[in-house]
Amino acid sequence: MDPVSTVLLSMLAGSLRVSTPFLFVSLGECLTEKSGRINLGNEGVLVLGAMVAYATSYETGSPWAGVFAAAVAGLLLGALHGAVCGLARVNDVAMGIAIMLAGTGVAFFFGKPYVQPSAALLPGIPFGFWSDNAQVRNALQVCPLFLVGLAAAGGLHWCFNATRVGLRIRIIGDSQDAALALGLPINRTRLFATACGSALAGVGGAFLSLYYPGSWNEGLSSGQGLMAVALVVFARWNPINCIWASLLFGAAGALGPSLQTVGITWGYYLFYAAPYIVTLVVLIITARGGRSLRGMPGQLSIGR
Amino acid sequence: MNSATTVSTTPSLTQAQPADRWYPLRRSAEAVMAPLVALIGASILFSVFLLFLGASPLDFLDLVWTGAFGSWFSIQNTVQRASPLLLTALCVALPGQLGLVIIGGEAAVVLGGLAATVCALPLVNTTPVLVWAVMAVAGAAMGAFWIGISGWLKAKMNVNETIASLVLAYIGLALFNHFVEGVLRDPASLNKPSTYGIGDDNMLDTVPWLDVHPGLPVGILACILCWVLIYRTSTGFASRVTGGNIRAAQLQGLPVDKLILLACAIGGGCAGLAGAIEVAAEYGRANASLNAGYGYTGILIAFLARFNPLAIMPMAILLGGLGAAGGLLQRRMGLPDATIQVLQGLIFVSILTSDTLYGRFRWFQPRG
Repeated sequence: MDPVSTVLLSMLAGSLRVSTPFLFVSLGECLTEKSGRINLGNEGVLVLGAMVAYATSYETGSPWAGVFAAAVAGLLLGALHGAVCGLARVNDVAMGIAIMLAGTGVAFFFGKPYVQPSAALLPGIPFGFWSDNAQVRNALQVCPLFLVGLAAAGGLHWCFNATRVGLRIRIIGDSQDAALALGLPINRTRLFATACGSALAGVGGAFLSLYYPGSWNEGLSSGQGLMAVALVVFARWNPINCIWASLLFGAAGALGPSLQTVGITWGYYLFYAAPYIVTLVVLIITARGGRSLRGMPGQLSIGR
Repeated sequence: MNSATTVSTTPSLTQAQPADRWYPLRRSAEAVMAPLVALIGASILFSVFLLFLGASPLDFLDLVWTGAFGSWFSIQNTVQRASPLLLTALCVALPGQLGLVIIGGEAAVVLGGLAATVCALPLVNTTPVLVWAVMAVAGAAMGAFWIGISGWLKAKMNVNETIASLVLAYIGLALFNHFVEGVLRDPASLNKPSTYGIGDDNMLDTVPWLDVHPGLPVGILACILCWVLIYRTSTGFASRVTGGNIRAAQLQGLPVDKLILLACAIGGGCAGLAGAIEVAAEYGRANASLNAGYGYTGILIAFLARFNPLAIMPMAILLGGLGAAGGLLQRRMGLPDATIQVLQGLIFVSILTSDTLYGRFRWFQPRG
């Protein structure tokens, strides 16, 4: 194979592998932000989810039990964030940072004994069975959680556009006054949206420890939980767009390692920064429109 | 006649006088009470956590005291950790006065340290005083530039400063690694990639008489200067107005964009200076040791101090002490090093939750 297609193929492979946590966290963040609140704590949820999933998988032998446990852990941490931000005068951005610190702290504390042992990991689905090329087969080895993420994106899209719950979440996110006038339970709905969003982020963490990189250690997350905020801006608060945004961010993250496979090692650390630079560019492009940004929930504090 | 005037003027006099002269004092008491309640709440929660694990909270407290302030050695250790925290907390507190949440101080520290080292390298054979001056200026300038980008993006492009500063922190760390492990690497540093050293002669000594970390006087001075800037100058007043209500500040014609840039640049300069001092006093070269989480702990301290530079000092000592006691806790109680992080997280969550206490108690409100 020539170098260019090698790089492109390994970027595709990397994109399919790396995008799943992005997808889950951005879907969770999308759900939370649609209700008019921002959750930077999803970074902590991601790390806690990874630890809980790995520990559960190690103790029970079942990786799917780990995924479930990660979702529950995310649900609890998200509920804490949602409940505290429901009190008057509490800043949701700062609270997110606190939840991030607390979540990572708890994960490192209880995760210490699980750094060494190896737990049962999630199996990959070989979509590349038709090819004789080992690289293609390797690239198309897809984690079942990726498919779950695609389904979740479709489900969220349907929920927002075709269900009563989705409509309520959108009303509360767009105009608190309208929601008050309609007598909707604002705090309860936001609590629900934040908790469910964090549960999704927890599943994203389970992917990190149970599929790729597929082990638990303290440097597992590289800020995916925070980049999700930018990703959701990029996706214009549309769950289907979150899929493309995640794939793009995944590909950007795979740039450095892909170039390394064909022998370009210069600037490895600079290429590592590629997804962050993409994030920044996305932020700048989307922020220039100011408040008139299409699709942005009106009550979101980052827009005010 | 005479008595008639007194009768008629007395009520108007009492109205002209402030009816509630203890109100400012009670307001300060409220500002002290809320974080205090939060700290006590966090301690109770953490004690429950320890009891749940079968450890004694009293032993924990005893060990933290011993590890942080029990001996001259541990006090030195505490001060050594608290000194950079004074400066990195300012990096959050100054923009915080304007209502901005900047969380990228970590990158300002490492890049400030790197810039200081790079600028010091051509001068290693001159006098130490020149080297230190150049390092301080280079570090502060680099930090000011890096956090200034976030401020500029906020002021000119309306980009959310929290996310921008965090993304820039990751980019800054990538740049740092690129240079330290690439062009600037000393080939002799095998296990831990580092730049060339600034030389033993150019290392900052401890403070004379006190024998503590040289960053301490710098940090204290910076905190006092920032306090004067915020609470005793018109620029600081304009900043606080902006933090209170940005639209009102714009209507008044205050230069909001310039204030944002200024606060971010000064804050970033402080964090960059912290990096420069760490290089000059501790490591002698720029390497991954600079990336020790001072920027992130600074966020917590700034929020604990409610962005008041004078309150940063005791909070930095508190958090520095907790960090200094970490090793002792690990050895004596067998608790993992993340214990301190759990405690910090609990403190942070409860301090932000305590924001809801403001205005809830009639006793603190103005009367009459």
